[in-house]
Amino acid sequence: MSAAPIISAFRQALTEAWAGGAGALMPLGFFAGAAVLVPLGIGTDPNTLRAVGPGILWVALALASLVTLERIFQADVEDGALDLWLQTGAPASMIAAAKAFAHWLTAGLPLAILSPVFAVMFQAKADTSLLTHMGLYALGGLAFFFWGGVGAALSATVRRGGLLISLIALPLYVPTAIFGALAMSGGPGSTGAPLFLAASTLFALAVAPFAMGAALRLAAD
Amino acid sequence: MFSWFANPHRFLTLSSWLAPICYALGALLIAWGLWQGLWIVPKDEYQGGDIMRVMFLHVPAAWLAMASYMGMAVMSFIWFIWRHEVADIAAKAIAPLGATWTALCLVTGSIWGKPTWGTWWQWDDARMMSVLFMFFLFLGYMALRGAMDTRQKAARAGAILAMVGAINVPLIKFSVDLFTSLHQDASVITVDGPKMAAVYLWPLLASGLGHSLLFAGLVMTLMQAEIWQRRAAQIRARLIAGD
Repeated sequence: MSAAPIISAFRQALTEAWAGGAGALMPLGFFAGAAVLVPLGIGTDPNTLRAVGPGILWVALALASLVTLERIFQADVEDGALDLWLQTGAPASMIAAAKAFAHWLTAGLPLAILSPVFAVMFQAKADTSLLTHMGLYALGGLAFFFWGGVGAALSATVRRGGLLISLIALPLYVPTAIFGALAMSGGPGSTGAPLFLAASTLFALAVAPFAMGAALRLAAD
Repeated sequence: MFSWFANPHRFLTLSSWLAPICYALGALLIAWGLWQGLWIVPKDEYQGGDIMRVMFLHVPAAWLAMASYMGMAVMSFIWFIWRHEVADIAAKAIAPLGATWTALCLVTGSIWGKPTWGTWWQWDDARMMSVLFMFFLFLGYMALRGAMDTRQKAARAGAILAMVGAINVPLIKFSVDLFTSLHQDASVITVDGPKMAAVYLWPLLASGLGHSLLFAGLVMTLMQAEIWQRRAAQIRARLIAGD
């Protein structure tokens, strides 16, 4: 077994994110859209915005991951790239993990890095906590992309599988969303929450690749 | 042991007499439990008066919601490892029934919650949320199976999803448990034995067992239907081939 197919899958995912209509900017637009529409929808009271801001960004991050995931494995099934990778004997789970990680790099991490800008738009105080929050968004986003990848891999052969991915991924997103929101709430239970968030992300990194791999082998049949 | 049950023919012979027994016993137990629960037992003012009688439907539904998801996951596991077709047929049959009882649990819980807690739905209650997400897991499982174009693919995709869901259930449960719970604590199965007065306990146990038997009977009937459908499809394929 060589690492070549895994690296190839990783690089292909990175390049296709930037090729053809700047796919990586799409979730960013989605994120920005949510951030702009929410104050218009729920009113502009600074206290309300400060209270709901972190939660809105978590929801926008989760939804942005779902928007990008629909196509991540489908294209490889259709153009035969998946068959070629699997023929080399490379573990399907590692290929899937490389692709999910690449998508997090191109669509999840930029959102986390930009989160302080949106947080300030939601009237958050501009201090170092925004950097901590950036780290939490990055960490939680990783779990979103891996669990979402399970849904995407399972529905890779299904045309218009978007709804299916959402339905599959929604319950799997719950722990991350809860721990993430708790960690930023500052309320009771918020001190241990970042550790729980990290633990649930590690759990996703450990379990999701095997589920994605099994699903990809099914899609390649 | 699994292999003994893996033979569809053996399953059909077994279920042909076991399913009617399940239906008959289940109907008797549910009828007795409901009769006791709705007319005989005294009402408990602390739990909201007469509305607490919904317990004799709500608790069995909650128990079956959990048991059926675990059953589906175990069947998926057996199919995934040993490829016993009957296990897949069982997992497929459990899904819609499990979703039904899970929905029943949510609805009866809301009906009980409105007069006693003053709200139909409480987002910071751990158990309500766990059950809701379990309902979504069932829906996702059925939607995924429905979207696959062959039976084999549906079985494989469904098994993967059911197993991923099953190992996530404890994590989901734990995460929602971090929220404060407003739901009453467990009162039937506790370390010190049941805390509930015997006058409620027996009708409740009868009702729970009755619902379980009804569920088992329905699963067997759905499985029989699936096996006959597969055989019919085989015969049709053979006729078209002109054998």
